[in-house]
Amino acid sequence: MAALLLSLKLALCVSAILLGGGMPLAYWLAYSNWRGKFLLEAVVALPLVLPPTVLGFYVLVAMGPHGPLGRFWQMFFGHGLAFTFESLVLASVLYSLPFAVQPLIASFESVDRKLLDASAVLGAGRLRTFWRVVLPLSIPGVVTALVLTFAHTMGEFGVVLMVGGNLAGITRTVSIDIYDHVQSLEYAEANRMALVLLAFSFAVLTVVYSINREVGRQMGRRLWTPWAAK
Amino acid sequence: MGGEVNAPFLTARVKLERRAVAAPPFVLDVSIEVPAGITILFGPSGAGKSTLLDCIAGLVQPQAGRITIGSETLFDSESRTNVPPQARRIAYVFQTLALFPHMTAEENVAYGLNGLTQAARTAQVQSVLRVFRVENLRTRRPPEISGGERQRIALARSLVTQPRALLLDEPLTGLDAELKHAIVDDLRSWNAARNIPILYVTHSREEVDALGERVIAMDRGRVVGQGSPLEVLEAPRRKRLAQSAGFENLLSGTVVELRPSDGVMLVRLSESACQIEVPLGYAGPGDSVHIAIRAGDILLANVRPEGLSARNIIEGRVVSMETRGTLIRLRVDCGAEFIAHVTPGAAQSLGLSREKRVWLVLKTHSCHLVEDSE
Repeated sequence: MAALLLSLKLALCVSAILLGGGMPLAYWLAYSNWRGKFLLEAVVALPLVLPPTVLGFYVLVAMGPHGPLGRFWQMFFGHGLAFTFESLVLASVLYSLPFAVQPLIASFESVDRKLLDASAVLGAGRLRTFWRVVLPLSIPGVVTALVLTFAHTMGEFGVVLMVGGNLAGITRTVSIDIYDHVQSLEYAEANRMALVLLAFSFAVLTVVYSINREVGRQMGRRLWTPWAAK
Repeated sequence: MGGEVNAPFLTARVKLERRAVAAPPFVLDVSIEVPAGITILFGPSGAGKSTLLDCIAGLVQPQAGRITIGSETLFDSESRTNVPPQARRIAYVFQTLALFPHMTAEENVAYGLNGLTQAARTAQVQSVLRVFRVENLRTRRPPEISGGERQRIALARSLVTQPRALLLDEPLTGLDAELKHAIVDDLRSWNAARNIPILYVTHSREEVDALGERVIAMDRGRVVGQGSPLEVLEAPRRKRLAQSAGFENLLSGTVVELRPSDGVMLVRLSESACQIEVPLGYAGPGDSVHIAIRAGDILLANVRPEGLSARNIIEGRVVSMETRGTLIRLRVDCGAEFIAHVTPGAAQSLGLSREKRVWLVLKTHSCHLVEDSE
């Protein structure tokens, strides 16, 4: 049970951070005309193709006592960063970045540019245009981003194992817990947790696809999901 | 009108070049002055009309030029002035209207009103909705509103902000003539008190006639004529403009002979023996020219007419007859093919039918010499 609660807490933190940080990033990626934009796009999409262990490995090195992040953390908080809950949040934010940013980009891009022009000639600056026009018309994308980030973080394994290790109550998330049970041949225990995750994942996907369907009906298009061709 | 001294004058001198991979570069190079009241910006699609509006509104930055409203400079490439669109106070109604689909009509109209108390804002919104006769639609969203009413709401939304000028990009396309007139009348009465410059873009000759104001004609990124609709469009000097200005007949021919004492020249139409007299132009014998003639300017007779002042009487044969609304469109083969319009009554009394022999009568001054636009 502690593992499930920890996973939920982690997923909530990561979702909140990615919603706040993902929006400006997605806005910039959707509207910028910078020629080197593709570089950043590639970096954002990297966690989609990178093995979690690779990502986890580099994050771990960076957070270690000799890594830049670890030293910085030590200076400010007086203790190391690796194998803490904070390290899990940080790694998960990186790992789930595309799941938050891609749906946001897709829905920002699908807002009719003429509406942005109309907003500007009516005297609204960029921020006001974002809050009053872009965001309200991107709600399905925001929901998709939130749901995917949350679900992806809930089910994370490799990165967590690399960065957080396996400390009960601190870094032992659901998927690690299941792995532990299987290692100890406690199949019934493992099954209970696995069922919870299975049901949860299924519910999440149902929500995403039903939003997609509704939006598709209304606007004749689909939102981004990692499983559909873009 | 005493207001003319204060009335803001919109001027735009704009140079902009756009290169595309597969197309020849598009060059916009115009200089226009728009006084208070409605000025029509007329030209075929692709002439650069919308791009010019985008530059004036600040949505597109020209490579060079200067845009001013009254005494304020909005853009000047030399002093590197570029006021952002949100600070220009120039209203712009797009062809697609761009109403915010998630807001009610009222919220759309109130969008541009800032720094007012709630009460003042509501009052202004109400009043402009009343002027444009859509106050009953306050709480509806754009998808639930019909075409003509959406256009009225878009106008109301851009005018409630007290703009210094108004840009309209084909705002009334797709509406029937009656509805157009009604909306334009409401726009005129709104502007009677304010007297701001209104630049009205259209490619429809019909709308130019209906609005009947100052016209600036554009083609391929350049201004090709300015003045009253009569001056600009009745004597089109450019072939493409003639086409879009509703000259149904565009004939090519060769100048045979100049008769300066009569103020005319004789032109033989291509691939026929048919010769017509047209007003003298910048052409000499042997030059090839284009002549534009309005289908409605051609008279028809079923016997060879005599004792007319008209100089061009051409014999031909009716090839086809087509009813188009309240008129009949005839194709007449005279060696060259002409298109003529007659009323159903006239067609009946002349006994017109296919293969019928007819005589076309053209006044010399109904034949307009046009330049090739290449």
